[in-house]
Amino acid sequence: MSTLIPSKFSRRAFIRTSSLAGGGMLIGFNLFTACKPKAEMPIDISKLNFNDFNAFIKIADNGMVTIFAPNPEIGQGVKTSMPMIIAEELDVPWNHVHVVQGKLDTNNYTRQVAGGSQSIRFGWDPLRQTGATARQMLVNAAAVRWGVESSECTASQGIITNAAGETLGYGDVVKEAAKLEVPENVGLKDPKDYKIIGSDASNVDLDEIVSGKPLFGLDYKQEGMLYASVLRPPAFGKKLESYDDNVAKAMDGVVDVIKFGDKVAVLANTTWRAMKAKEALIAEWSDNSPMESTAMHDKKLLALLDGNEFNTLRADGDVKKAFKEADNILERTYESPFLPHNCMEPMNFYANVTDERIHLVGPIQTPEGTANRIAEMLDRDVADIELEMTRMGGGFGRRLYGDFALEAAEISNLAKKPVQVVFSREDDMTAGIYRPAIKYRISASIKDGQITGYHLKEASINSNMYGLIPNFFPAGALENYQVDVAKYDSNITTGAWRAPYTNFLSFAEQSFMDELAELLDKDPVQMRLDLLQKVKGTTDERIQYSAERMEDVINLVVEKSGLRTPKDGVYQGFCAYYCHNTHVAEVADVVIENNKPIVKKVTVAVDCGIVINPLGALNQIEGGVIDGIGHSMYGNLSFEDGTPQSNNFDRYRLIRMKEIPKVETYFVKNTLSPTGLGEPALPPAGAAIAIAIHKATGNRMYKQPFVDQLNKKELVG
Amino acid sequence: MINLEQRFLTFQFLSRNVIKLLTQFKTKMPTYNLKINGKSQSVDVSADTPLLWVLRDHLEMVGTKYSCGIGQCGACNVHVDGSAVQSCLLPVAQMEGKNVTTIEGLSEDGSHPVQEAWKEIDVPQCGYCQAGQIMTASAFLEKNPNPTSSEIKNAMNGNICRCASYSRINEAVAVAAKKMK
Repeated sequence: MSTLIPSKFSRRAFIRTSSLAGGGMLIGFNLFTACKPKAEMPIDISKLNFNDFNAFIKIADNGMVTIFAPNPEIGQGVKTSMPMIIAEELDVPWNHVHVVQGKLDTNNYTRQVAGGSQSIRFGWDPLRQTGATARQMLVNAAAVRWGVESSECTASQGIITNAAGETLGYGDVVKEAAKLEVPENVGLKDPKDYKIIGSDASNVDLDEIVSGKPLFGLDYKQEGMLYASVLRPPAFGKKLESYDDNVAKAMDGVVDVIKFGDKVAVLANTTWRAMKAKEALIAEWSDNSPMESTAMHDKKLLALLDGNEFNTLRADGDVKKAFKEADNILERTYESPFLPHNCMEPMNFYANVTDERIHLVGPIQTPEGTANRIAEMLDRDVADIELEMTRMGGGFGRRLYGDFALEAAEISNLAKKPVQVVFSREDDMTAGIYRPAIKYRISASIKDGQITGYHLKEASINSNMYGLIPNFFPAGALENYQVDVAKYDSNITTGAWRAPYTNFLSFAEQSFMDELAELLDKDPVQMRLDLLQKVKGTTDERIQYSAERMEDVINLVVEKSGLRTPKDGVYQGFCAYYCHNTHVAEVADVVIENNKPIVKKVTVAVDCGIVINPLGALNQIEGGVIDGIGHSMYGNLSFEDGTPQSNNFDRYRLIRMKEIPKVETYFVKNTLSPTGLGEPALPPAGAAIAIAIHKATGNRMYKQPFVDQLNKKELVG
Repeated sequence: MINLEQRFLTFQFLSRNVIKLLTQFKTKMPTYNLKINGKSQSVDVSADTPLLWVLRDHLEMVGTKYSCGIGQCGACNVHVDGSAVQSCLLPVAQMEGKNVTTIEGLSEDGSHPVQEAWKEIDVPQCGYCQAGQIMTASAFLEKNPNPTSSEIKNAMNGNICRCASYSRINEAVAVAAKKMK
């Protein structure tokens, strides 16, 4: 039997249990509020219907289990891994589990968000408690049936066994279990007894994906639904003056043309007709704010870095003094462009706004926030809203912003019809909420061969790094340390993009570290390890990373990559980075082929605590590394006159099959609480390849995308 | 700067004439007889409608995905007479008399060796591009049952996977090749 760890969790978090009319049990659990119980929601017994619930485990008479996945699925794998955690503690065979995507349900869940790589981290405790509590109730029901103490019974793989060796299946006792009191102080398993956690599980939607079943937002259809193609301002800073829809309205399949704000929606009975009719709209635009360009942004951001108008996010010691007293100073500037998200599934959303209710369906990373904004926009009660989350054809941060859902709701409200707003690829790339262009200037003061001060300055468009970042490495390792930020307010919309800020900052800081080690004639790995020594045992609670865990991933990647046993013609770049609560170290292997540096392999060491689903975890890491390489090498969205200069994949280069390296991943094995993997493997990749390219060619990379620099001159030869 | 009102009036004049033209054409849609997944289907659509949208909106077969609309990403790939082609670029008028296979028709139950390989390797992350990847891979393996690693990479280079599940796609194509023997 498993070693049970007492759970601290209150039974008040369990909000409903019920036997089902059709057999089986539903266990209602207030996921994520378990740790901070609040007043119980009133239970509406009449609503106890399988179809109405989200936060539940449903066990059928035959022992088959349905688990509702609470969080939105964008390809990060939580629709598989979160139910795995419940199933582990419930102790049922994984192949008896059917997973269903939960709807937005603010009564029963909190943090139904896909963002920040936090689903697993925040879900870990409540998901285990959900499964364990259900298991205990089933055991209690069996004990009552047998007339024995429940402590004499054990449960494993969906079967309850008593001291006499008699057995009952979960399905046999589920009806009785549903009527029992919700137990307090249920035990949780010892990690060494895990059967599901730590074992490979395939994507729960695998069969549907490979056979083309409707899963995604764009696959959603409703009787009478119209497709809306929206004409938006052609440049940031433009507003709609007038439009002529005579041609569009006369086109086949067009049902309506509706102006809202500075946009015009064409509603048609097919997507194609809607898109064609949108092209036939004739609009006049006027300027309402300056048209910005990349050249202008470059100037503004460099001026900010040269200036004195900074907001200081962290200052340790006296950086000014350290620089004044320095023998030598290294100062470098790193530059990055805007990036669109380019989800393979363009933005889209279905809305049917009626007097009775608002029905919303589509791909969204922030269902709750979006529902609230729509309620506010339409001056409606949020309780009128039913929001269903579809699987998402990628997110990368773009679907945190519900702009497309708000458009759908607004159009449906005006048209009094069910509509699906569909972005064309061109709409998707030009009406983006982009990763902003950012520049970093990093300087270090050196005295007597030691780093005495470190100063990081950020100049960004619209927003600056979030408050935790200044407490990442090397914070705490240097006596004199300062992080300053400044921003330029632009009319170009910007927002989160997979691993916000760190997706570029890691490249800048880790490239700088490598150059600093070179200047000091130190081994770059040893220099990091030496700095980490100073953070061990720190009492500074602001420090986010663990020096020990960073050391673990560094040692693991050094061992596995063969960094200490270099091969002729293979140039290796090392990088270690912490973000999103996960420590990652990467070594990129670059070779020269046809006079060009080619990334052949990336070795990755990861400490994300317990790995819930190794099969899914490896996919996230491979994807993150290759995404990081692709965007460092090729990603670039420039602006002229407020207009994005790329609007489709013919003018925007994404990494493809022929450009990918082999990715080899190793996990630090421990039993610490799990952390997320959607983002942390991406940030180190850009630095690892830049450092390897430098070794191979002698050229330092300071500006993304690297391809511009690599194409500019003969690097080798 | 040109007077906005003047420009607007010109547009209105032009558009009125275009409407006249369009109204003349706005008669009954032509009917096209298509053969999709071995089944005859007839659709009434305008001649310029791409096969992609005929499949998705008229026949409600949504396994074929829209992503770029200009033949750059391969998400909409289907088989036309056995070759993988981008359905976003194929006007329906050119489809008569051709055999079209979509992801829904690749096998009845997801048991085509390429689909089986995709499941065995657990390829997808978000999954959106995978139908197109599978259609490209299955047409390729029919023509080249013993591909080298670089032939696989060449064959799959036209399909973008934004999640970058490329290593697994590559591996799954190799596994599928073995299964098809």
